[in-house]
Amino acid sequence: MTIDPITAPRRWSLPKFDLTTLRQHGGLAALVILLVFNLLVTPNFFELQTLFVNISQVATIAIVAIGMTLVIATGGIDLSVGAVMALSGALAPLIFLSPFGVANPELGLVAAFTLPILAAAAAGLFNGVMVTFLGVQPIVATLILFISGRGIALVLTNGNLQTFTNPAFSFLGTGRILGMPFQGWVALALAILVSWMVRRTVYGRHLLAVGGNEKAARLAGAPVHLVKIATYVMCSAMAGLAGMIVTAINSASDAARNGLLMELDAIAAAVVGGALLMGGRAPIVGAVLGAIVIQLVKFTLLANGVEDEVALIAKAAIIIGAVYLQQTRSE
Amino acid sequence: MLADSKTFDLRELLRSGGGTAQTRGVWIALILLIAFGLFRYDNFGSQYNVLSFLNFNSMFVLISIGMCFVIMTGGIDLSVGSVAAFTSVVAALLSSHGLIVAVPGGVLAGMAIGALNAFVILRMRVPPFITTLATMLAAKGGSLVLSGAETIGVDWTTNFTRLGMGSAFGTIPWTILIALAVVIVAWIILERTSLGRIVLAIGGGDEASKLMGLRTERAIVFVYVFSGLCAGLAGVILASAFGAGQPLEGVGWELTAIASVVVGGTLLTGGVGSIPATVAGALLLGLIFNILNFENGRGTISLSAYWQSVIRGNFLLIVIVLQAGLLTQRKARSQDG
Repeated sequence: MTIDPITAPRRWSLPKFDLTTLRQHGGLAALVILLVFNLLVTPNFFELQTLFVNISQVATIAIVAIGMTLVIATGGIDLSVGAVMALSGALAPLIFLSPFGVANPELGLVAAFTLPILAAAAAGLFNGVMVTFLGVQPIVATLILFISGRGIALVLTNGNLQTFTNPAFSFLGTGRILGMPFQGWVALALAILVSWMVRRTVYGRHLLAVGGNEKAARLAGAPVHLVKIATYVMCSAMAGLAGMIVTAINSASDAARNGLLMELDAIAAAVVGGALLMGGRAPIVGAVLGAIVIQLVKFTLLANGVEDEVALIAKAAIIIGAVYLQQTRSE
Repeated sequence: MLADSKTFDLRELLRSGGGTAQTRGVWIALILLIAFGLFRYDNFGSQYNVLSFLNFNSMFVLISIGMCFVIMTGGIDLSVGSVAAFTSVVAALLSSHGLIVAVPGGVLAGMAIGALNAFVILRMRVPPFITTLATMLAAKGGSLVLSGAETIGVDWTTNFTRLGMGSAFGTIPWTILIALAVVIVAWIILERTSLGRIVLAIGGGDEASKLMGLRTERAIVFVYVFSGLCAGLAGVILASAFGAGQPLEGVGWELTAIASVVVGGTLLTGGVGSIPATVAGALLLGLIFNILNFENGRGTISLSAYWQSVIRGNFLLIVIVLQAGLLTQRKARSQDG
């Protein structure tokens, strides 16, 4: 497979929104349709309040979808993101509620922000090593943590809901800057940072090369294993961050529910955003668009009194439709 | 890396029928675990424990068999758990008409979703992973809509619950016999029919099999419909054995099934596979939970049910690492030769 010129490293420029972009991003078309529909039909849609509610919901999906897009760009997949969310989401309160955390509130808070992310990154390291050095297929390699990751989180919390009152930590999920939910800013910052990485850094070049044609990339001297491991580590770290945000939103950690089925949402968002499952493309802006589409579908149906169950069927149709469009495009 | 070994190797194919180093591992592990259980717990080998263990795990054996066929073609079926939940609702709704309607109704519903999977994969050329991910969501939505998001009690006045709760000749539960029958049929199809050979050939190399003139499309339709059938049957058993159609059940079943298949030595790249080893894999994963229960019963340690998934994950890890070792060995050998 050749590297797609659309996403190949190039000079940094704002994404152009013309007809070609529309064809490239089925997700964008879906987004426009959803927005128009909502403006016409949904009551109170065109309000700041609605926007912020949706942003606070979409941020976690977007953050995980960005990481997932990177993994998919290598030709892999990460099923463990939901479990990693549960793990880091459970760890954070354990740390600042521990005797050490209570005795040293500041240090405890710093540890509560950093250690769960490091634990998540370690999970990514595990995934990456399995995929590269042991040559295990990504689905199987990440299946291990998918199964046991949530189990570890449940064992750590003994299956209990941990509630807490910690304004500093809760800021992650409930804080606002300039009116916009804090996690919205985090997602935006990550999207910009990772887009820049993909387009402008050596890592980005290697990433797309590895996903496009691994053998050729290796012969060309790209550090294939290192690139893949770094990608899985980043994906897991972002999932860990998302897990902490969910815990902060609820002011409670629920290891049984945090991040449940998130891997599906993230994969769907990445695919709707234009990621190719064979790898070689990393449309980060697309992933964010995909996350917004998925969230908007949920919201549209919910706001118009359609049951949650039907939303699942709609989501299924969107996923199939998006990939089908991709297939016809690549032929 | 694994894609390198995707060439079609006839000798490998013939050898895989008789149990390879990969499938041997699961048998050794299963025998060791059973021996451990028999040695350590008094009632482990009791008729009650053996039968109730097999009875409960018959559903997982069924979906693992269906999954095994799909994986042998190099595909994957993530929809089995949702399909089982869906068909349990269908069967529960039809239960007032008795077994004669409810069983075919549930099984056909499962096969219909399998056929839909095959259609989207073959005609719309959407990868199996995405297709079955979507039907997983759709089947979940469908079962919630159909049931009004509540468990549907079955009709106890008809013979419907006899399937899941009754026993043949008063001893062996029907569910075990059904699972056994499906296992035998699946084994015969894989080992003794041209269809089975084509399934393995597709996994070995899709393009090559097509060029050889094999009717690959028919085989792909078969594996997804068969997987739907197995999941449908599991759903009917679920409704019948627990007396309710359960739209929220089946979460994570697809991964249990995939894990069983992988533990059974079937490669996810396709082309290699064994039905008995898959059954052994499913039983092995179930046995871990069974032994955990016995261990807690002794009172010396107390591991919560949450440990189950941690232990399962570690088992999967060990098997995968062993498999990876075997693969690299074989690759090194084939490069020498």
